[in-house]
Amino acid sequence: MSKAFVPTAAKPGVITANDLREGHNVWMCEDGWTADPAQAILFEDEAIADLALLKAVGQSNIVVGPYLVEARRGPNGPEPTHFREAFRQRGPSNYFHGIQTLKQAKQSEASNV
Amino acid sequence: MFDVRPVDTDYVRHRAAQFRAQVERRLDGSLTEDEFRPLRLMNGVYLQLHAYMLRIAIPYGTISPDQMRMLAHLAETYDKGYGHWTTRQNIQFNWPKLVDIPDMLDKLASVGMHAIQTSGNTIRNVTTDAFAGAAADEWMDPRPYAELLRSWSTDHAEFQFLPRKFKIAITGAARDRALVAAHDIGLRLIQRDGQTGFEVWVGGGLGRTPMLGKVIRDFLPEGDLLAYIEAIISTYNLSGRRDNKYKARIKITVHERGLDVFKAEVEEEFQNRRRDFHGADREALAIFRDRFAAPAFRNGPTDGYEAERAKNGAFRSWTDTNLHAHKVDGYASVIVTFKTHGETPGDASAEQMRLLAELAEQYGHADLRISHDQNVVLPHVHKSDLPAVYAALQKAGLATANAGLTSDIIACPGMDYCTLATARSIPIAQEIATHFKDAGLEDEIGKLNIRISGCINACGHHHLGHIGILGLDRAGVENYQITLGGDGYDIPAIGERAGAGFPYDQVVPAIDRLLRAYLEVRQDASERFIDAYRRLGPAPFKAALYPEPADA
Repeated sequence: MSKAFVPTAAKPGVITANDLREGHNVWMCEDGWTADPAQAILFEDEAIADLALLKAVGQSNIVVGPYLVEARRGPNGPEPTHFREAFRQRGPSNYFHGIQTLKQAKQSEASNV
Repeated sequence: MFDVRPVDTDYVRHRAAQFRAQVERRLDGSLTEDEFRPLRLMNGVYLQLHAYMLRIAIPYGTISPDQMRMLAHLAETYDKGYGHWTTRQNIQFNWPKLVDIPDMLDKLASVGMHAIQTSGNTIRNVTTDAFAGAAADEWMDPRPYAELLRSWSTDHAEFQFLPRKFKIAITGAARDRALVAAHDIGLRLIQRDGQTGFEVWVGGGLGRTPMLGKVIRDFLPEGDLLAYIEAIISTYNLSGRRDNKYKARIKITVHERGLDVFKAEVEEEFQNRRRDFHGADREALAIFRDRFAAPAFRNGPTDGYEAERAKNGAFRSWTDTNLHAHKVDGYASVIVTFKTHGETPGDASAEQMRLLAELAEQYGHADLRISHDQNVVLPHVHKSDLPAVYAALQKAGLATANAGLTSDIIACPGMDYCTLATARSIPIAQEIATHFKDAGLEDEIGKLNIRISGCINACGHHHLGHIGILGLDRAGVENYQITLGGDGYDIPAIGERAGAGFPYDQVVPAIDRLLRAYLEVRQDASERFIDAYRRLGPAPFKAALYPEPADA
């Protein structure tokens, strides 16, 4: 979870932050930032990740506190390797709040199609 | 009853307007996050694990029905319908949007509330006994002094950038329910030779280096309160460490320099400071005394209360556990626990807040308190009104008869919300509460104080729990250390670590073994867990936590 995390092909990572205006967790994706961690770009190269992190830091009018963190390649996109990031991707355990509600909304949207 | 003076309201409106402009400048890019962060923290705005969090001050836990209704309104309008009582008698909203917070602060200002100094290295909310002005064992209401300290410390220019945050607690009762020994400064109102004064404690605190405070002055005449407190904090302001955040609290200053050296410096500074006080503090105190005058208590029969107790077993159990002895005959203080089995400790819905406001107006002399153990107190209820209060609370799911019992757990938000946390606290609390209810053991176990923190910073005050639970990250897995023998009330004590930590799913079984062992070894039902622990020492309890393998 260290901000000094260095991604490699064996230990890739994602860039995550909080939305400046609303505060929710976001991940860097191909066309900006997303609240769906499965859409996050998985970085496997230190130089590319560093450049992306610099870009994220430069977007301080959109996000707060961007950092690189380890993730693994999953069948539906990047998955967390540490429980802290797993909680950030899900939401609190005492209520159905946070990112998990967005995922549910997305699923029900998909099933309505 | 606490009423906010116009000058205060003007000031908080002014601060809210300032913050609105700061948020605008952050959003339009004129302020960087590094520049904005200290400004938002000065207004109680944190960025947490999933969202922003707004911590609102409830001075010494005292809140009016109108203010409570405003919190309900904010919960519904800007949050997810609830708020969270903190262990420092404040409230936190877990889901506000930054763009909404200026509106929230404006609305709070309209009822004299704010979030000033709920964060940052300043003097934080002054805390006190939730039964202040009501408790049978209290000889003087500490709230006029708490208010004096609050108004003096708010925006005190010299103390806006202390080495670290600074917490003051005050009590006027025989039993210390304000945790005086666990604060940077603790004040006990005492009397000597007919004169009112304070026993002044300094250097207590929990966190990564838990320490009980030391008495720096065994008697301070009450008229010298502000000069002396100012002397302590200014001495700390200069000699406290700023090189290491973890050694910056006053407890480390006092510990490293020695109480005698620190005290000598304070006494010298006190003589200087004293000359600067010309009576304005005395005039303010006189006004505060009037504002905190006791309500017009009534003298009525309590037969209805006794009759209801005789015929309604559930009501009787609730009155056995959830009342606190009042100084006026015929009255009681009601503890409304926000610890329903399986629910989040300290979370209150907007409807529950409105009900409390109504009950306070109808039956409680319009007074409400937030207690440090994350419950709400109606300090003044006539016993004849208790059946009606109970019935209303029951309808709202707030009549759980568990004050002071196993499920009355103090728990910080932990890794479900907090960005500093290393493990979760809330689900551990929920599971312990549910487990012992289902096992039918809660009443048998009796008085017990379990406290859970989700990191070493100890917001859940785990060191002071009879049983403390500390959640840590051990190699990427949640792990929980158990401490035993802590006490925040009768004989202040820091709990001792029992041994190796437990993985998440082994915490409830470990506490189960521990409490079943207690039931085996206690002398009788009147011997509480903490009493048995003090009598027997840790051995039988450690043996229960760490049983020898059967085949060893």
